[in-house]
Amino acid sequence: MKIHEFQAKAILAEAGVPIPRGRVAASPAEVRAVAQELGGPVVVKAQIHAGGRGKGGGVKLAKTPDEAEQVASQILGMMLRTHQTGPEGQRVKRVLVEEAMAIRRELYLGIVIDRAVGLPVLMASAAGGMDIEEVARTRPEAIVKVHVDPATGIRGFHTRKLAFGLGLQGDHVKAAADFVTRLCAAFERTDCSLAEINPLVVAEDGRLLALDAKMNFDDNALFRHPEVQALRDLDEESPLEVEASKYNLNYIKLDGNVGCMVNGAGLAMATMDIIKLAGGQPANFLDVGGGASAEQIENAFRILISDAHVKAVLINIFGGILRCDRLAEGVIKAVRSLQVTLPIVIRMEGTNVEMGRQMLRESGLNFIAAQGMRDAAAKAVRAARAA
Amino acid sequence: MSILVDRTTRLVVQGLTGREGTFHALACRDYGTRVVAGVTPGKGGLVHEGIPVFDTVAAAVGKEGANTSLIFVPPAAAADAILEAADAGIGVIVCVTEGIPTLDMVRAHRALQGQPCRLIGPNCPGLISPGKAKVGIMPARIHRPGRVGVVSRSGTLTYEAVGQLTERGIGQSTCLGIGGDPIIGTTFVDALRLFEADAETDAILMIGEIGGTAEEEAAAFVKASVTKPVVGFICGQTAPPGRRMGHAGAIISGGSGTAAEKMAAMRRAGVTVVKSPAEMGDAVARLLAAGARAVPSPAKPHTPKKRPTARARASSEKPRRKGSRPGRVAAKAGKAGRGQTSRGTKRRG
Repeated sequence: MKIHEFQAKAILAEAGVPIPRGRVAASPAEVRAVAQELGGPVVVKAQIHAGGRGKGGGVKLAKTPDEAEQVASQILGMMLRTHQTGPEGQRVKRVLVEEAMAIRRELYLGIVIDRAVGLPVLMASAAGGMDIEEVARTRPEAIVKVHVDPATGIRGFHTRKLAFGLGLQGDHVKAAADFVTRLCAAFERTDCSLAEINPLVVAEDGRLLALDAKMNFDDNALFRHPEVQALRDLDEESPLEVEASKYNLNYIKLDGNVGCMVNGAGLAMATMDIIKLAGGQPANFLDVGGGASAEQIENAFRILISDAHVKAVLINIFGGILRCDRLAEGVIKAVRSLQVTLPIVIRMEGTNVEMGRQMLRESGLNFIAAQGMRDAAAKAVRAARAA
Repeated sequence: MSILVDRTTRLVVQGLTGREGTFHALACRDYGTRVVAGVTPGKGGLVHEGIPVFDTVAAAVGKEGANTSLIFVPPAAAADAILEAADAGIGVIVCVTEGIPTLDMVRAHRALQGQPCRLIGPNCPGLISPGKAKVGIMPARIHRPGRVGVVSRSGTLTYEAVGQLTERGIGQSTCLGIGGDPIIGTTFVDALRLFEADAETDAILMIGEIGGTAEEEAAAFVKASVTKPVVGFICGQTAPPGRRMGHAGAIISGGSGTAAEKMAAMRRAGVTVVKSPAEMGDAVARLLAAGARAVPSPAKPHTPKKRPTARARASSEKPRRKGSRPGRVAAKAGKAGRGQTSRGTKRRG
């Protein structure tokens, strides 16, 4: 799960990580009030989940409260487009107003899970403000890494390695150690999957601050963090995906016209792949789970067909335990109750597969039976083209 | 021989008395696996569907000689269940549970380092050595005994692959789902090492997916240490970056973990990579046929001198070898004693 910058900063502040003075605001008048309160120049930052906000015109400097109000009126309500939002952009509902400051150095500090090692890894780089993946590709030696063993937690030598690796000196070494330790604690306490401070700045006045902050959370651990769950912003997610998540369906909308409904994530991805190989484009990823009850199938159908681009549906179920007669029953019921008129290609394997096929044949509905994935994809792509 | 599970497997099911635990424990037993115990804290002393239930894994090991565990414990308690199994001396721990918090797995994974056990999963379908033992949730009927090892990060896509093999008359030595989570106990490299060392495995089918670098590491291992033919498929070739595709581990992040990179790495390592999931079975069949024409290498002692086609070969091997009879009969004939530790429990180095 993703959250906004201002929410991440609130979590960090609570953990004792130093952040700039500031407050979130939802109207130009409110922005003006915050700017007045802060005194001096401020930065007005659009709050959307996507990165690249500055380049898209979502981050502006204002010298006076008047100016802050004026830039806020431009940013609030705009459809902010960045390389992460997609072409339609994301509407800005709130801005973060923070003290502007003179900056001596911009650094990078992040924590992610290193899957290959099975441990959280801290990464620091003197190339702050830059895309860390880009740094990793072009100058991997510029990134200092430290793995944190859960048995010991983060130790002094870890933080010193990072601080000296960043070229910090004097009091800053100690300040950085404290910063890193507190960030680690926040990461662990809230079950983050990623915590990124980019940039971590050394201000002209000597302070070490998290100028920006990004935190993603492990969806599997949300059950034990209701306070984090409460930060979810449904406006930042696709409405169909929000709807699907209510029914425990894994749905991701894509750009094609062949809707697919599959059991299991791997098979669902493979089904998208084979649609592409058959010359078509998948309209979505949809994993109905291992079981796929009649109710789930109906909900899945409803979500699938509410995407207006879908011209044909491909159902690919490799039932282990699943009985194909039950599946057929669920599909027939869903198609009748939702009055689906789209061509539906069904490929199924599992117990009672013959009975299931017979039920589909005798239903009088517009089903196209397929044998195997290749056949199913070819038929679905053909049906989508003809539609 | 197969890997990790066979007729010497003595299975304890953690979470036996739950709906899923009961259903799958019985399916494993029906297949011929010796399900010797269940564990549900607080229900010790019960006999559930003919299976004795214990409060702790240690008791199941002590009383019934369990050497393998299958875990159906809910996500919040699953990491604990894994550690309990390891602590009780279980050699092969198979965790089916999906949705375990990553940091719980970080701690469990770390704690298992250096211990004499192997974790498979979590978030996996388990494993099956056809005709010998099934320790997992896969549909038994699609498998047949044979000499191809299958390893995959997925569940149903593995069934798809196995279905294609069986349809072509190609049997499997062991089919292993390693799980779709970011942190898993047994990796592709571990599985490849086991299959390479298994005298009853002639070829390997490996099914990866987007996210992480496990397939790249597997490719490097294949290049350096695998002499048997390997067929590979990577799903998620059309997946958009930055989105978690169902599995917690299936995400392209920062432009890395793409299917294209993984496929390229595997090709460079000499793996036969298929682009379409419909071609997995055919590719294995072709490799086996080609292997039959080639001179048998010392690494493959069981390779007969002449094999006209894969289909003919696979169907001819059934009566030829021991251990290809239906599981239930085979298991009853099994002689392994209680408390015997499982084989192949060496952890990755």
